[in-house]
Order: sequence, then structure tokens, then C-alpha cells
Amino acid sequence: MEVIVNGKIEEIESETILKLILGKSLNPNTLVIEMNGKIIIKDNWENTKIKQNDKIEILNFVGGG
Amino acid sequence: MSDNLKIGNMEFTNRLFTGTGKFSSRSIIPDMLKASGSEMITVALRRVDFEAGSENILEFIPKNVIILPNTSGARTCDEAVRIARIAREAGLGDFIKIEIITDTKYLMPDNEETLKATKILSAEGFIVLPYIMPDLTYSYKLVDAGASAVMPLGSPIGSNRGIKLKEIIEMIIENIEIPVIVDAGIGRPSHAAEAMEMGADAVLVNTAISVAKDPVTMGRAFSMAVQAGRMAYLAKIGEETRTANASSPLTGFLR
Repeated sequence: MEVIVNGKIEEIESETILKLILGKSLNPNTLVIEMNGKIIIKDNWENTKIKQNDKIEILNFVGGG
Repeated sequence: MSDNLKIGNMEFTNRLFTGTGKFSSRSIIPDMLKASGSEMITVALRRVDFEAGSENILEFIPKNVIILPNTSGARTCDEAVRIARIAREAGLGDFIKIEIITDTKYLMPDNEETLKATKILSAEGFIVLPYIMPDLTYSYKLVDAGASAVMPLGSPIGSNRGIKLKEIIEMIIENIEIPVIVDAGIGRPSHAAEAMEMGADAVLVNTAISVAKDPVTMGRAFSMAVQAGRMAYLAKIGEETRTANASSPLTGFLR
């Protein structure tokens, strides 16, 4: 299915947030996830299903002034 | 006598705030914080770069240091509000530095959008620290909007040029009742001391520390300058005059 991840259209197989993150080889501990404008807390990544056209933001805190 | 700075619900003994940007190695940050004694440090929120992998600046910030997320990257009120809400939901607390910029050459903040975002976020219980172009009228409006401090810029971000907008910042310091934190452009400890001598409540320094050859020692140098400037302000600096006022007696000369 097609979803928008960090502003780009992606064709994905993953059906949950957690699988999407792991599929990208990212360390889950460092991430903030927003889906369709709402934050999804870490406890819910495993049971949050991704649907066609969902907008997912995979964010992290970085250095800045 | 204690001379703590109160912002929102927090009290600070150290009036140097720092930033996490542009360190050659992020592992220097804890040592810099220790050497400077800085009690609050900024971070930014970005999309993960899938090529580079995720990073987590938070793991380099000791638990006793308050995190001040900024809204850098926001060009509008709405974008800044969104970033602030994400940072709070991610567990970073209630402090937020509003930074709304469309001008890419000088990185001048948009005071109008910043005022709008301040109203919205302070109503939601955030401790709002807006980064602003020094302007007395906007400062009054930001106080009314619920800002917990104002952060006027000294000169463009990362320019190291010092306090070029001194007279306007002095007006703000003299006239508004919330803390004034001089942010941006402070390039050397003497600039920080100057801001504190003017009566600024604190300064925020990032680039000048992080890009120094020795950021740990530079952090300490800034901290000492901030303390010296604050002490001088409290001790009341003498007035300037056009002509000399002899410091030795003008009588009883040996002649």
C-alpha cells in the first residue's frame, strides 16, 4: 500500500508502526512518531495499524540552538 | 543573598543557557555542561534522515539540565505550534523556545507569527520563550500574550557579531517585567558580559561555544563572563562622563 513517510510517498508492506521502523533499521528508542497529525506513543507502535494514504512522520531530536 | 532567575516554574542559579547545535562531537556536550554549569540547553526536532540513521541528542544531556526544545524550521505560527506539541508529547516538558523564521539570509525571526504562537502555546500551559527581533511594542504584546521571557537577538544567529541592537534591547530590559534573555550573535565572553552588564537576565550561547576549538573551556569562559557581568550590574555601574573625574586628590601636590 501507498503511504507518505516524512513527506515522501512510499510503497510499504509493513502493517504496524513498529514493523515500519524496524524495516528501516532505526533504533526505536530515539524516535518520535506522528501519524496523521497525532503523536503515537511508543507503547502503541506494535498495535497501531497503518492504512493506505496514512501520513507518517518519523522524527528525532537533534542538535540545535 | 540568592540571585536566582525564575522562569515559569523553574529557578536557575546559572544565567548562561546553551545550545546543542554544531558540536563536532556530541559527546563533548556533557563536559561542556559541567564546565559551564549551564542549567538549560536547547534541542531541535527534525525528520529522521534514513540514509544517516536516527540520532538522539537527548542521551547527551544530563538529567539535571532542563531541555529547551526550539521550533526551528517553522516558518509559520501553525508549524511552530505543531513542533511544540510534539516536543511536549515526546516528554520534553513544558519549556519551548519559539523560533519562526522565513528569512534565510539573516535568519530574522517573524515577530507577528511568533506573537500568535505565544498566545496559543501559553494558553496550553507551555512556558514560552519567544526568540524575537528586538522591538519594545512586540515585547509588551508578548507579555500580554503570556510569554514567560523574551529572547531578543543581539545580531544574526551564528554571526558572532555581538550585541548590535543594544539600545533597543536596553529599552526592553528597562521596561518589561518578564526576564529578558539575549539570544543569538553572542560571539565571545565579553559580549555575554556586556549583555549582563546591561541588565539582561540571562544569555543563550550556542555557536560561540560549540565551534570553539575547545568547547569545554569556552563554556567555562562564558559562564565566568556571565557571572562577572551580572555582578557588575547588581553592583551598579558608574555613569559615563565626557570629561575626566580625577581619582587622586587634586590638592596637596608636591611642587
